[in-house]
Amino acid sequence: MDVHEYQAKELLGSFGVPVPKGAVAFSADQAVYAATELGGWNWAVKAQIHAGARGKAGGVKICKTYHEVREAAQGMLGKRMVTIQTGPEGKPVQRVYVEAAEPFDRELYLGYVLDRKAERIRVIASQQGGMEIEEIARTDPDAILQVIVEPAVGLQAFQARELAFQLGLSIKQAQSAVSTIMNAYRAFRDCDATMLEINPLVVTKDDRVLALDAKMSFDDNALFRRHNVADMHDPSQQDPREAQAAEHNLNYIGLDGEIGCIVNGAGLAWATMDMIKHAGGEPANFLDVGGGASPDRIETAMKLVASDANVKAILVNIFAGINRCDWVAKGVVQACGNLDVKVPLIVRLAGTNVEEGRKILADSGLKLITAETLAEAAEKAVAACQGKLQAA
Amino acid sequence: MSILIDEKTPVIVQGMTGDKGTFHAREMIEYGTNVVGGVTPGKGGGRHLDRPLFNTVKEAVKETGAEASITFVAPAFCADAIMESADAGIKLVCSITDGIPAQDMMRVKRYLMRYPRDRRTMMVGPNCAGIISPGKAMLGIMPGHIYLQGNVGVISRSGTLGYEAAAQMKARGIGITTSVGIGGDPINGSSFLDHLALFEEDPETTAVLMIGEIGGPQEAEASAWIKDNMSKPVVGFVAGLTAPKGRRMGHAGAIISAAGDSAAEKAEIMRSCGLTVAPNPSEFGSTVASVLGA
Repeated sequence: MDVHEYQAKELLGSFGVPVPKGAVAFSADQAVYAATELGGWNWAVKAQIHAGARGKAGGVKICKTYHEVREAAQGMLGKRMVTIQTGPEGKPVQRVYVEAAEPFDRELYLGYVLDRKAERIRVIASQQGGMEIEEIARTDPDAILQVIVEPAVGLQAFQARELAFQLGLSIKQAQSAVSTIMNAYRAFRDCDATMLEINPLVVTKDDRVLALDAKMSFDDNALFRRHNVADMHDPSQQDPREAQAAEHNLNYIGLDGEIGCIVNGAGLAWATMDMIKHAGGEPANFLDVGGGASPDRIETAMKLVASDANVKAILVNIFAGINRCDWVAKGVVQACGNLDVKVPLIVRLAGTNVEEGRKILADSGLKLITAETLAEAAEKAVAACQGKLQAA
Repeated sequence: MSILIDEKTPVIVQGMTGDKGTFHAREMIEYGTNVVGGVTPGKGGGRHLDRPLFNTVKEAVKETGAEASITFVAPAFCADAIMESADAGIKLVCSITDGIPAQDMMRVKRYLMRYPRDRRTMMVGPNCAGIISPGKAMLGIMPGHIYLQGNVGVISRSGTLGYEAAAQMKARGIGITTSVGIGGDPINGSSFLDHLALFEEDPETTAVLMIGEIGGPQEAEASAWIKDNMSKPVVGFVAGLTAPKGRRMGHAGAIISAAGDSAAEKAEIMRSCGLTVAPNPSEFGSTVASVLGA
């Protein structure tokens, strides 16, 4: 799960990571009020969306008057912001963050990731803050400093010190950096984060370090024990269909194609999508109905997939292990009775209780296209989508 | 021979008395698995499915001589259950549970390393369909009837894609020594590499099918190992050609976040290491047949 910049900073601040003073605003009036509360004559107004590269898209404005703060907030709120990370549809801006802007001398990079190869937390730092870490990795890989955290004992102060001195900090600056590196690690560990990026971490003119921007992602599997993090969820940043699916505990990802997919198991779902592409079509979605799919669950899934206006055919592909084909078949029949499905429906059943399932479909009198293998199902779905095949 | 389990392996079920534990323990017993007992804290001394129940894994091992365990334990408590098994001297733990926090798995992996190599627990999963040695025993949740006994080893991250492969192979009369689901999480107990090494040593296995997916470095590591160490032919496949970058697709581990994570890149690495790559997921059976020369 992703969170907004201001939420990440509030969290980091609570762990003792120094962050600029700031306040979130939902309207231009609130933004101006926040600026007066913060004081000073330099503010950054920042659009809050779950994506990076906001600066180049006009999502970060430095303002010197209240009037400029108002204009900046008005220019962002209620709009969709498109950055290189959002995709062409962009993300809605419903909140802006107003921060007291402080002058600084240097920009550094500090990041934490769950390293899958090492199976440990990896801390990454660089003197070239403000740049994308992927860009630094490509152009100057030696400039990237890294330490691996031993899970039995956690990050040690000497590791943070090594990083601080390798970053070229003075002793006074290093003291501030060491506590920041340690505290950010605690935030990462104690909140079950999977990614934390402070970019840039700036060195102020009075030798402190300060997290000027922050991005965090969290382990969905650990939200059950991190209520403070779970409460930060902002559904507006999600595709509406995905948000709707999540409410029903269905795993759905919207794509751009025309063939809707309802499959059990993530692996079989990708394989189904791959076969559709192989047969010359494009999948409209990823959808895993999971194990133990009841007739109601199948109906909910069909309703969701059919609600996508781009969908011209629906392919149901179930290889039942824990699932039962007769239940799935009942779900398909029930859904066709309750919903007005106008597009061709292709059904492939295999595994547990397959004969009973096929019989239920055959006896239903519904106009369905059935298939026995994965390849046949994909080919028939593509043909039906192109209007070359109709149900018998 | 098979790897990991056979009809003699004494198995305990952690979380046996729950709904899922009961259902799958019954299926495993019906398949012929040597299930010798169950562990549910607080129910020790009782019986379930005509097997004794224990409060702790240590007691179960002492009384039954159990060597393998399967966990049907809720995500929040599963890491604890796995470590309990490791400490009790269980040789093989298979965890079906989906949803274990990644940092818990990090600690589990670190914990397993406490023990010397000769008594270290092999862990399979989590978030997997389990292990089956067709005709002998099953430590998992798969439909047993789709597997034919034979000479091909199968390793798959995805459960359902493993079923698809088994069914395609059975339709051509090709059987399996053992099929292992290593699971779809970012950190698993064991990887392709661990099981490839076992299949290489197993005299009955003549070829191996490995089914990977987007995300993570395991397919590339395994391919490099195959190139240098494997004498038997290996068929590879990577699911998720159509997956967009940066989106988690179902499995927690299935996300393209680094270079080399995509299906096309991984398939290319497999090819360059001498694997035969199945062109699409409907050709598992035909590709395995071609390397067997059948």
